[in-house]
Amino acid sequence: MSGNVADSAISPTSPAQTIPADLSGQMLELDEDDDLEVFSKDTSITDGGSFNASMPTSPGSMINQYKFDEEDEQEDPGAKDIFITVDNPESHVTTIETFITYRVLTKTTRSEFDSSEYEVRRRYQDFLWLKGRLEEANPTLIVHPLPEKFVMKGMVERFNDDFIETRRRALHRFLNRVSEHPILSCNEDFKIFLTAQAWELTSHKKQGPGFLSRMGDTVRAVAASVRGVKSRPEEFNSMQEYVEAFSQKMTSLDRITQRIVKEEREYLEELKEYAPTYTLWSGSEEELAEPLKGVASCVDRCFQETEEQVRQFSDTLAPALHEYVLSAETLKAVLRRRDFIQAELEAKNEALAAKRADRDALKEEIDKLEDRMEWANNALKGDWSRWQRSMRTDLKEVFITTAQKNVDHYEKCLAVWESFLLSMRSEVGDINQPSSDDS
Amino acid sequence: MADAEREDAAETDTPNSSDAKEKNVISSMSDESGTLLRRMEITVAEAEKRTGKKAVNMQETYTVYLIETRPSAAVNGGQSVAPDALWRRYSEFELLRNYLIVTYPYIVVPPLPEKRAEFVWHKLSADNMDPDFVERRRVGLENFLLRVASHPVMSNDAILYHFLTKERGWKEVVYDTGFQAKADSRIRALNATFRVKNPDKRFMEMKHYSDELQSITSQLLRARARVADRLYGVYKVHGNYGRVFSEWSAIEKEMGDGLQSAGHHMDAYAASIDDILEEEEHYADQIKEYLFFAEALRAVCRKHELSQYELETASLDLTSKRQQREELATGIVRTFSFKGMTTKLFGQETAEQREARLKMLEEQIVEGDDTVKEKTSECEDIVSSGWEDMQRFKEQKDRDLREALINYAYMQISMCKKGIQVWTNAKECFSKM
Repeated sequence: MSGNVADSAISPTSPAQTIPADLSGQMLELDEDDDLEVFSKDTSITDGGSFNASMPTSPGSMINQYKFDEEDEQEDPGAKDIFITVDNPESHVTTIETFITYRVLTKTTRSEFDSSEYEVRRRYQDFLWLKGRLEEANPTLIVHPLPEKFVMKGMVERFNDDFIETRRRALHRFLNRVSEHPILSCNEDFKIFLTAQAWELTSHKKQGPGFLSRMGDTVRAVAASVRGVKSRPEEFNSMQEYVEAFSQKMTSLDRITQRIVKEEREYLEELKEYAPTYTLWSGSEEELAEPLKGVASCVDRCFQETEEQVRQFSDTLAPALHEYVLSAETLKAVLRRRDFIQAELEAKNEALAAKRADRDALKEEIDKLEDRMEWANNALKGDWSRWQRSMRTDLKEVFITTAQKNVDHYEKCLAVWESFLLSMRSEVGDINQPSSDDS
Repeated sequence: MADAEREDAAETDTPNSSDAKEKNVISSMSDESGTLLRRMEITVAEAEKRTGKKAVNMQETYTVYLIETRPSAAVNGGQSVAPDALWRRYSEFELLRNYLIVTYPYIVVPPLPEKRAEFVWHKLSADNMDPDFVERRRVGLENFLLRVASHPVMSNDAILYHFLTKERGWKEVVYDTGFQAKADSRIRALNATFRVKNPDKRFMEMKHYSDELQSITSQLLRARARVADRLYGVYKVHGNYGRVFSEWSAIEKEMGDGLQSAGHHMDAYAASIDDILEEEEHYADQIKEYLFFAEALRAVCRKHELSQYELETASLDLTSKRQQREELATGIVRTFSFKGMTTKLFGQETAEQREARLKMLEEQIVEGDDTVKEKTSECEDIVSSGWEDMQRFKEQKDRDLREALINYAYMQISMCKKGIQVWTNAKECFSKM
C-alpha cells in the first residue's frame, strides 16, 4: 500500500500533536482487477477495461430459440436410484508423496450394480482419470467440471482445511452430476470408479488405451485444428459465440465475487479495531458508560454477523461461479472436439473426390465418420439444452440464496441496533427522536 | 434592538449561577433563560467565496459566512421580520474565540470547527474549498455561536454582541480591549513547565480526563474513518455485478429480464453508500467537537495550575522576605544569605544601610502581601467558577454525546433497512430468472 499511513496512537500527554490521518493513500489498488470500477464518484459505472464491449446480439446467439430435442428430458427427482457422497478426507503419507483421499459412498438400487452399497477411497488423481475416460468415450457430451488441480493465486495451500473442504464439495457435485446424466452414468469406468477397491482400480487404469494411441489422437487433433472446419452448422456457430460470451461473463463474476470477499475481509479487520475504542472510552465515563458499552457491543455483534455473511460469499457463491467458469471451458473443449470430427470427415470427403483408388475403403470410412458425426452432433445438442437448464437452475438458486443471506444479515444487524435503542429509551423514559441535521 | 438589551449586553462578567444549574433535557442550547440566545435568533445561513488582496499584489481566495440575527420576540410574535445580516471570515471567528479564552479563563470555551479537514477517508477532499467541507464548517460555526450565546456567562459579552451585529470596525474594538497582550503572556506562561505543590485534586482529575478524552476520541475517529473507507469499497464493488449482469442478460433469453433488473438493484446498492457515509460524517463531527472541547477543558485546568503556581510562588516569596526582615531586625541569621556572607567577609554594614534595607523589605512585604491576597482570590475564583463551569460542561457533554450515540444507532438502522430492501428486490428478480 502506498500513501500516507495513519499515525499510531498518540500519547495522552501531548494533545497538541497532529491528529490527521489522510487515508486516501490507502485506496484499493486495482492492479490485478483493472477492469473493475470501484471508486467512481458518479454512479454510472463505465467499462474501463479490456473487455470487448461489443456484445454479440445476433439472433443466432439466442440459443434458446432453437429446439434441439423434441422431448425435454424430464429428470424426475423422485426417481433417483443412486446416491453418492464424497466425504471424510484423510491424509496419506508415503515415502514418495503425501496426498489426500476421500471416502466415496454409493447407495444404489440399479440392477447393473451387484451390491446396493459401496464404500471406497479415492484420490483427486482418480477423479481426473475418470473424467478423462468419460470424455474419451463421449467427446461431445458435456461433463461436469472437476475442481482445479491447485490454486496458485491466493494463499491456498494444498493441505489447507478450507481448500480441502471446497474441493470435497466440488468432487461430491461432480459425481452426482455424472450419476444424473442419462448416458454418462451408464459408463463402465464410472461403475468401476464407484465400486472397485484401490488395487483393482489401479490395474484397471493400466488397461486403458496406451500412450502411443493417445499420442496419435493428439497429432490428429492438432492437424485438424490447423485444417479448420469448412462449414460449421449455424447452430454450432451460435453456440460458440454464446460460450465465448458466457465464459467472459462468468470469469468477471467470479473475479468480482473474489474481490468482494477480499474487501469484506479488510472491512472486518478495521471493524475489529473499531469496537474496542467505544469500550475503552466507556472506562473514562460515568453517565456515558452504558451507552458507550452498548454501542461497542452492537458493533461487535455486527462484526460477527458480517463474518457469517462473508462465508456465504466465499463458501457458496464463489465456488458456484467458479464452477461455471470451468464449465464454460468444458463447453469450448466439447465444441472443439465436435469440430475435430467434422474436420476429419471433410478431409476424408476431399480425399474421396481427389483419389480414384481405394474408393470403396474410403467410402466405408466416410460412412462410419458420418454416423459418428451425426451421433456427436445430436448428443451435443441434447446435452446442450440439458446444460442450459442446469446452469439456469444452479445459478438462480445460488443467487437467491446469496440474496436471502444478505437480507438475513441486515435483519440481524437491524435487530441489534434496535434493541440498543430500546435500552436507551427505557433509561431516559422518553422517546428521543433524532433530529435530522442537528449538530 | 431595544435599549434594555444593549445595556444587558454591555455588561461583562456577570455569572448567572442559577442558570448554570438549570437542567435542559432536550437540547443544551435553546432554552437557557437570560442568555443572548433566548432574546435573539442566530444562524450562519450561507457561505460564499471571495477573492481579495492579501499582501502586495497577492490575491487570495477565502470563504465568508453569513451571520443572520433576529429578535426572538418578533419571530415568536409571528411578525415576519427581515434578519440583520453580516459576513465574517473564519479568521474572525478565531479572533473572537481567542478573545473569549483570555477574557474568561475559567470557562470551557466551545471549539471552532476544524481549520483543515482531518480524519479524511478517501472520498472526502482535504481541500478547504470543497463544498461539502465548507457546508460542514458552516454548520460547525453556527453551532459555535449558539453554544457561546447560550452560555450563562459569555452570552453577556459586549464583544460577542458586536461580532453578531456590526460588521465594520469589530476587529479594532477587539484589539482595543488589549486582550492580545494578556493572551501572549498567558500563552508563554502556560507553555512553560512548572511544578505545583498543592493543585486542586478535582482539577488534576479533570486534566487527566481531558487527556484521556482527547486520546480516545481521536482513536475512535481514526478507526471510524478506516471502517468507512473499507465499507465504501465493499459497496462499490457490487456495482460491477450490475454491469456484468446487464451484459450477461443480453445473451440469455429466459434469464435475461431477471438478470437485467437484478443488475439495476446492484447499481442502487452500490450508489446507496454515498448518502450513508455522508450522514455518518455528521456523527463524526459531533465526536470531533468533543475532541476539541477536551483541549478547552484541559486549558482551564492548566490555568488553575498556573494561578496556583503563581500563588505558591508569591507566598514563598513573601515568607522569605518576612524572614529576611526578621533577621535584619534581630540580627540573628537563620538562613543562609549572600548578604550575611559578605557581611562576615567584609565587615558589618552601617546602621544607615541597614535602615535602608529594612525599609525596602517592608515595602516589598506590603506589596507581596497584596500580591498574595490577589493571587489567592484569583485562585479561589478560578477554582469555584471554573469548577462550576466544568460541571455545566460535563452535563452538556453527557447529553450531547448520548444523543450523538443514539443518532448513530438510527443511522445504522437506516442503512440496514436500505440493505434489506435492495436485497429483497434483488432476490425477487433472481426468482424470475
